[in-house]
Amino acid sequence: MPRRPLLEFEKPLVELEQQIEQIRQLARDSEVDVSQQLQQLESLAARRRQEIFQGLTPAQKIQVARHPQRPSTLDFIQMFCDDWVELHGDRRGNDDQALIGGVGRVGNRPVMLIGHQKGRDTKENVARNFGMAAPGGYRKAMRLMDHADRFRLPILTFIDTPGAYAGLEAEEQGQGEAIAVNLREMFRLRVPVIATVIGEGGSGGALGIGVADRLLMFEHSVYTVASPEACASILWRDAAKAPDAAAALRITGRDLLELQVVDEVLEEPSGGNNWAPLESGEILRAAIDRHLDELLSLSEQQLREARYSKFRAMGRFLEKTSQDVEKAA
Amino acid sequence: MSLFDWFADRRKGQYVANVKQEPDEGDGLWSKCPECAQVVYLKDLKLNASVCANCGYHHRIDSSERIALIADPDSFQVLNADLAPVDPLGFKDRRAYADRLRESQASTGLRDGVVTGLCRVEGIPMGLAAMDFRFMGGSMGSVVGEKITRLIEESTARKLPLLIVCASGGARMQEGMLSLMQMAKISGALERHREAELLYMPLLTHPTTGGVTASFAMLGDLILAEPKALIGFAGRRVIEQTLREKLPDNFQTAEYLQEHGFVDTIVPRTQLRSTLANLLRLHGCKPMELTSA
Ligand SMILES: [Zn+2]
Repeated sequence: MPRRPLLEFEKPLVELEQQIEQIRQLARDSEVDVSQQLQQLESLAARRRQEIFQGLTPAQKIQVARHPQRPSTLDFIQMFCDDWVELHGDRRGNDDQALIGGVGRVGNRPVMLIGHQKGRDTKENVARNFGMAAPGGYRKAMRLMDHADRFRLPILTFIDTPGAYAGLEAEEQGQGEAIAVNLREMFRLRVPVIATVIGEGGSGGALGIGVADRLLMFEHSVYTVASPEACASILWRDAAKAPDAAAALRITGRDLLELQVVDEVLEEPSGGNNWAPLESGEILRAAIDRHLDELLSLSEQQLREARYSKFRAMGRFLEKTSQDVEKAA
Repeated sequence: MSLFDWFADRRKGQYVANVKQEPDEGDGLWSKCPECAQVVYLKDLKLNASVCANCGYHHRIDSSERIALIADPDSFQVLNADLAPVDPLGFKDRRAYADRLRESQASTGLRDGVVTGLCRVEGIPMGLAAMDFRFMGGSMGSVVGEKITRLIEESTARKLPLLIVCASGGARMQEGMLSLMQMAKISGALERHREAELLYMPLLTHPTTGGVTASFAMLGDLILAEPKALIGFAGRRVIEQTLREKLPDNFQTAEYLQEHGFVDTIVPRTQLRSTLANLLRLHGCKPMELTSA
């Protein structure tokens, strides 16, 4: 079996997998027919894996979402496109490596693909700044979205960031302004925008490429207003309470479906996307095709109206009648 | 300052002195400036827009004092005052969100952290929102987002210019992702206001940070700020942790942002109304009656 970093809650599976491996070895070395035992063990392992992954807590989902081998933006792009061309730079002196984009064909449709990119190992993570984009990244993304708008290319964005970069230079270059402009300008786009949270959706840094006609989320992805670690140290005054904060913040796909923030939660292969990346690619590809078909049947005007209405409806509050107000006052 | 810093400061008790306008000492008629320590008669301080006449320190003011400083007398018509917060996540940390809300409502007399309405400035009609930092650190949840969005829509429909006075630690964590989405909702409404070629000015006051900075605070046609106001995306503490080095003393002040090109003009509070009226006139806005909301 492939060596991979194991998460704490995956450890019960290890023993089973080792047994399976031993039996395979045995079968290779001898003439004994082990196919039946093998089948039994394998289906047992599959069942266990499914049980474990169905019962993940929000804090455990964060671990899956941050798994170093979880398919990244570039992985999905490579699975989708043969003719991908990465496009660089914000035309203001920066080419952020944590937020990348380019053109390619998905099926027979030319599209613009944009997403956060983390690294697989320490070295690549340093170059990618752990997927935390600087203002130049958001400005590059906006330049590419404007380009897509002009050439009528549908836009696919892939969200996978702990958050926008917090640093001296980022502040000096206007991190807040860069994200804010994207939030406003994405409402102007005349082409369909589909955003998918493929890993972690960290706050404003995620939303900066997330104003979309459809927001999709993988089953074990998370989308948060603030990282559970930060939230725990502020509200609980104890960073160790991050798992409690993760549960309280309602960050999973199911939570966000209920809150009408996301449109669809995509099931992951048993064991999570990192277990079967190609399968996860097919799942996402099918969902994107389906939503693009729907969105491309709308006029540009209808598309923009629907995008506005979608975000306009977000939020929960009470609207008291004037009589109630008098009573309350 | 991020919400984090605000909580941390409050813990240390630093902020208590800043937040409270009236010192408890003596008969409550006098106030000591936290900057220059000069003691002034409270009535005189209010007459000077809560700005220290000696050193220019801008004391924090609440939404009603802010509106009184901007709107012509008796011109402010409040909108959507009946919107009230709920607890959509059933959120509880060390305390329940519902309790925090009740407490803030009791101490401020507000339902949530922003007051919105229409007013006139030297006769010129304008949409006006004033965030109130006393209400859970001016944090933005569903009600703040909805009231600001409705104000922008009303201003667009009436072809009015718009001023939003920012004072906020950012998104309200207790409403989770619904808070984050208010950033997009408001930005979408501002896009339509802009498309109608109407003037929008945020006024950044101490502090303007986090999700507010990453949305409507930075989307002004003109961006105004109060002297020395703290304005930023990430909290100073967070940045110091990443950098492990000292930040410039004036880091994230209004003056620093102006130097870096993100603030058009810094407006002393004592000149706020006249500056606003001048800018409105320079953009073709004219005095006229304001039909009731
Ligand atoms: Zn003073």
